[in-house]
Amino acid sequence: MSKSKQVVIEKKKTGRANKSEDDKEKQGVVEVFIMGKSYRVPAGLTIMKALEYAGYRFIRGCGCRAGFCGACSTVYRIEDEQKLGFDLACQKLVEDKMYLVQLPFVPAAKAVYDINKLEPSDSVLLTYYPEIARCVSCNTCTKSCPQDIEVMKYIQSAIRGDIAKCAEISFDCIQCGLCAMRCPADIKHYHVAQLARRIRGKYLDPKSKNLAKRLKEIEERKFDEEIEKLMKMDKKEIMELYRNRKIEAEESVIAGGD
Amino acid sequence: MKIINGYPDYMMESIERVEEKRERNMKEPVKPMSLKDREEILSKYHPDYMEGTRRKVRVGVDKGKLMYNGIVDLLEAKPVVDPKDIDLGKIDYDVDILIIGGGGAGTVAALFAYESGVPRDRILIVTKLRHGDANSMMAQGGIQAADRPEDSPVLHYLDIYGGGHFTNKPELARALALDAPGIIRWHEELGVMYDRQDDGEFLELSGGGTCRNRLHSCKDYSGMELMRNIRDRARNLQIPVLEFCPVVELLMDDKGQVAGGVAFNLETYEYYVIRAKATILATGGSGRLHLSNYPTTNHYGATGDGLVMAYHVGANLLDLDTIQIHPTGDAYPEAIVGVLSTEKIRGLGAIPVNKNGDPFVFPLEPRDVESAALIRECKEGRGIVTPTGMPGVWLDTPMIEIIHGEGTIQSQLSGEVRKFKRFGIDITKYPILVYPTLHYQNGGVEINEKTETRVPGLFAAGEVTGGVHGKNRLMGNSLLDYNVFGRRAGIYAAKYAKKAKIGKLTLSHLEKYSRMLEEANIRPTKTAPILLPEYRGEMAISRSLDIF
Repeated sequence: MSKSKQVVIEKKKTGRANKSEDDKEKQGVVEVFIMGKSYRVPAGLTIMKALEYAGYRFIRGCGCRAGFCGACSTVYRIEDEQKLGFDLACQKLVEDKMYLVQLPFVPAAKAVYDINKLEPSDSVLLTYYPEIARCVSCNTCTKSCPQDIEVMKYIQSAIRGDIAKCAEISFDCIQCGLCAMRCPADIKHYHVAQLARRIRGKYLDPKSKNLAKRLKEIEERKFDEEIEKLMKMDKKEIMELYRNRKIEAEESVIAGGD
Repeated sequence: MKIINGYPDYMMESIERVEEKRERNMKEPVKPMSLKDREEILSKYHPDYMEGTRRKVRVGVDKGKLMYNGIVDLLEAKPVVDPKDIDLGKIDYDVDILIIGGGGAGTVAALFAYESGVPRDRILIVTKLRHGDANSMMAQGGIQAADRPEDSPVLHYLDIYGGGHFTNKPELARALALDAPGIIRWHEELGVMYDRQDDGEFLELSGGGTCRNRLHSCKDYSGMELMRNIRDRARNLQIPVLEFCPVVELLMDDKGQVAGGVAFNLETYEYYVIRAKATILATGGSGRLHLSNYPTTNHYGATGDGLVMAYHVGANLLDLDTIQIHPTGDAYPEAIVGVLSTEKIRGLGAIPVNKNGDPFVFPLEPRDVESAALIRECKEGRGIVTPTGMPGVWLDTPMIEIIHGEGTIQSQLSGEVRKFKRFGIDITKYPILVYPTLHYQNGGVEINEKTETRVPGLFAAGEVTGGVHGKNRLMGNSLLDYNVFGRRAGIYAAKYAKKAKIGKLTLSHLEKYSRMLEEANIRPTKTAPILLPEYRGEMAISRSLDIF
């Protein structure tokens, strides 16, 4: 097909030795300032990989490296720009003239509670985190969220006692704590949201009847004998059984969906 | 090179062919392979069957056993601790139960040790990074449990055993299948927000190699939602956790029991002597060893430390001649190469297709088979090669919205949407490029149903163990694994600790191990466990001095 594909194939033939050279030419090098100190790193790297390229070895500030754990909260400002930026070092790409600092720890006390003993009333979030009432609706929390969660909105839900909504909006929170570091009212948003989600999961969402039934069957040892039989079965026989089992997904794919 | 919709123009041209054939591909799916076809494709394309990826270990209880090179390298390295440097006369922490690892298995073990009557201040979790920094946090797809009327733990057992190529320890597979519904109930009690239908029943999807839809999920943040709840419970109970202090070697006593460990403070370089009546190993996997040179989905601390420490005290290892490569690691853009795109994408109906837009494999084969099929497609020239030389095939995500309706991807896969949006790719409209990535350590320290290893006083749970999944794990069984066996470890270790009497502490097993290395004529230049991978730039490393 296209010319560009030809280029790719030729490049592959030349092997990986020239890879970094090629990349440099194509994408160039950017200057970043790690806590104020200048380093030149290849463009196209995440902030995390750029720091490593420059020679940093992480102990703090690095966890899952895939956007789930909130260990690598990073605050940055591009030279001459007014706004501060907030993101995860493992997700955000470096930009030229970026000033970087990581915040791998957030001092923010969590309320201590026993989920089994608390009353899931409308005011329960206010009871454990009364400071949410001090929210001034400045929206700084939302602006500092690397997950683009509407943080202020879920705090407002929490104040109103709408626990289900607070849980829903906050669901994708990775608990990095940047919201709490920026809040002028000293709210610990991500801890509030954690409590809201646990209350919703435990008390508000309807429960599965199938699960209750299955647990009873297990308790009555309904499956013990059959599993025991499989465990003792000779390999040939169980392979046959496995091979011939009906696969639900295969049927639904053929049916074209739900 | 022009970028359109986040992709270089030549990749967009291939996407056009994917779009043209989408309707046909959905109507005429590829059938699952027979067991014989599976064998054949695995033997040709999976790294577990390749020459040169593995060798026989020359030292220790498993001497002569085949394992991946990177694992053997660790086992044949010098123990990182010199016993002469450690003063065992001063005990820094004296507890009933030491839990090594603050991920899923370790935290669940702590909760159930507490429920079993061990006071909170007699439990200690030590962990290399932060509490919760673990592969457990990253699992996306979900957790299996046979709770629908058309399903049963018997079928779950059959799937586990067949998926593992009939190499699992049957009693461990049974525990996994039978304990599963109870675990889901425990999660409900904790407050986990599972995806549900309006009537309260769980929304359950299929995973690779499962014969029934039994995958319970929490959007595509399933692991995070479980870990958040479990950790919150541990924090409310104020169970002590020592962060950034990995245990670097186990301690033994003069009766041959494991009796705690030596922890190392990564920030101050101090060591701590921890004496414990029972020790639970929950250190997780080893993706960061990049076995067979694969990129990995694993978290930063997944360096196989537990395997090494357990081997030094004489515990045996299973099935480390296999690794799990996950079929759908990201292949483009370069910044996220190796990061996971969840199996739930295929569970929801997306199909892998090649550069011509043609499907080539049943989308829900067990992971090893699915991966082998993707590798074959790329090796035979039907993959797409990215501008940085990475091969891959398309995973046709827009199919999901055609099957389940608009908005499904945003509501079910919000993490994936977010990840690709950063690079200008809208996965509701365009497919994503994937290639297998190192995902899971199938084997590890052998345990029994009570999570006991062959060394008294040492229990183990989670990814560090072997036998549960045999030579291949199915999706949705690792979150289940850490819950089932983490719980059992907590319960059985608590029982053991009540009766255990610890004798005089010793690190003589390390001296013995060093002598065994010598006798085997191995002269190690490296030490293990390695604790963290080395990712510094080559230039920076080549000019670094060890003077400070």
